[in-house]
Amino acid sequence: MREVSVHILRDKIKELVQEVNFYYPRDIDKKIKEAAINETSKIGKETLELLIKNSEIAAREKIPICQDTGMVIVFLTIGQEVHFTDGLLTDAINEGVALGYEEGYLRKSIVEEPVFDRINTKNNTPCIIYTSIVAGTEVELEIGTKGFGSENMSTITMLKPAQGVNGVKEAVIAAIKKAGPNACPPMVVGVGLGGTFDYAAVLAKKATLRSCESSNADPRYAQLENELLVLANELNIGPQGLKGDTSVLKINVEYFPTHIAGMPCAVNISCHVTRHAKVVL
Amino acid sequence: MIKLQTPITKEKLSVLKAGDLVYISGTIYTARDAAHKRLSEMLDRNETLPLDLKDACIYYVGPTPTPKGKIFGSAGPTTSLRMDMYTPRMYELGMSVSIGKGYRSQEVVDSIKSNQAAYMVAIGGAGALLGQCVKSAQLVAFEELGAEAIQKLEVVDFPATIAIDKEGNNLYE
Ligand code: SF4
Repeated sequence: MREVSVHILRDKIKELVQEVNFYYPRDIDKKIKEAAINETSKIGKETLELLIKNSEIAAREKIPICQDTGMVIVFLTIGQEVHFTDGLLTDAINEGVALGYEEGYLRKSIVEEPVFDRINTKNNTPCIIYTSIVAGTEVELEIGTKGFGSENMSTITMLKPAQGVNGVKEAVIAAIKKAGPNACPPMVVGVGLGGTFDYAAVLAKKATLRSCESSNADPRYAQLENELLVLANELNIGPQGLKGDTSVLKINVEYFPTHIAGMPCAVNISCHVTRHAKVVL
Repeated sequence: MIKLQTPITKEKLSVLKAGDLVYISGTIYTARDAAHKRLSEMLDRNETLPLDLKDACIYYVGPTPTPKGKIFGSAGPTTSLRMDMYTPRMYELGMSVSIGKGYRSQEVVDSIKSNQAAYMVAIGGAGALLGQCVKSAQLVAFEELGAEAIQKLEVVDFPATIAIDKEGNNLYE
């Protein structure tokens, strides 16, 4: 048994929500710089260069890269030998979010109820928390802060098994095409395949947070990621939607076993400001 | 480099076309979803608006809070289509330019044409860079809306691309 104070988690979250808003993660930074070199459209190249300049200003001035500092998503992988102390885990996570958003002058974008009065909670909480329990004594914390210009363009399709890999490709490319300039391209796209209606979406979210320098461990899915990326960049959406080669920086695919009768396919659209971080406590 | 000084009159717009990159200096106003809803409700009640829309430039943005010792926060454009249901009325009342990101509805394109106005896009997600163009900010209305309040901004060389021009030419098509 290992005791872990929830205060450690709170403080780490407070720090990470600021860090991801001020600095591009390494993988995105690298992808954008590569794209700026390779882009053949003039306006596309200029736009990518401005995005690099934007990230430099953000880092220097410690102001957010993008004003939509997002809704916080937390994936916690908890070793079952861990015992949390000093309070409720959920409260500590939300406290960390609230403290970080206040301290970092980040925008508070959460409303307390979706349909009627939509009153802002004024501290960017609550966040979305997913936990999974594994063997051992470690706690892994993965966070993202998701902007909604791109989130709003995400889709779920309950494909039929007979539609196969072509059905998946059609659904993913259709979502990217529709997202176009609304999702602040160049985008990062997470695809969740299998599971259930709801779990496919969680997988897609997890896929957006995976490093853009990684591939799915299954070579068939890794190949699908590459093929989807080629197809997406043939759409000629381009940076900011003004045409060009760079429409999507990376497509990550995650999958899970599913039912004999189904092939859920969730496409979580994200943007060049795909803020993600992962630490082991 | 095309420089545009506010007020951006219809005359100044008459020589510009979709695809032109312009640098705006002068006064622009912020307004997004909640502020548009409020303005439209005020108009329904025949009340006077808190800003003069004649040749006004409205920027769809909800900036981050201004850090201590700084002039402004991060301030990139938000998705314009959420404002589409209010936009034709704003053009009718004299607004000459709206700035955001992404597609507009056919109704908005038609309204731009009939009012000889323009829709411009700023770089989505470049909030830090665009925020630096803001040299002063002043609250105009709806303080309680926080990031969605209407503010009057003085900007210098704010970069924007004309996405829909007065003839209805659409850069996204
Ligand atoms: S889609 Fe991404 S880059 Fe664009 S405004 Fe939203 S968070 Fe920012």
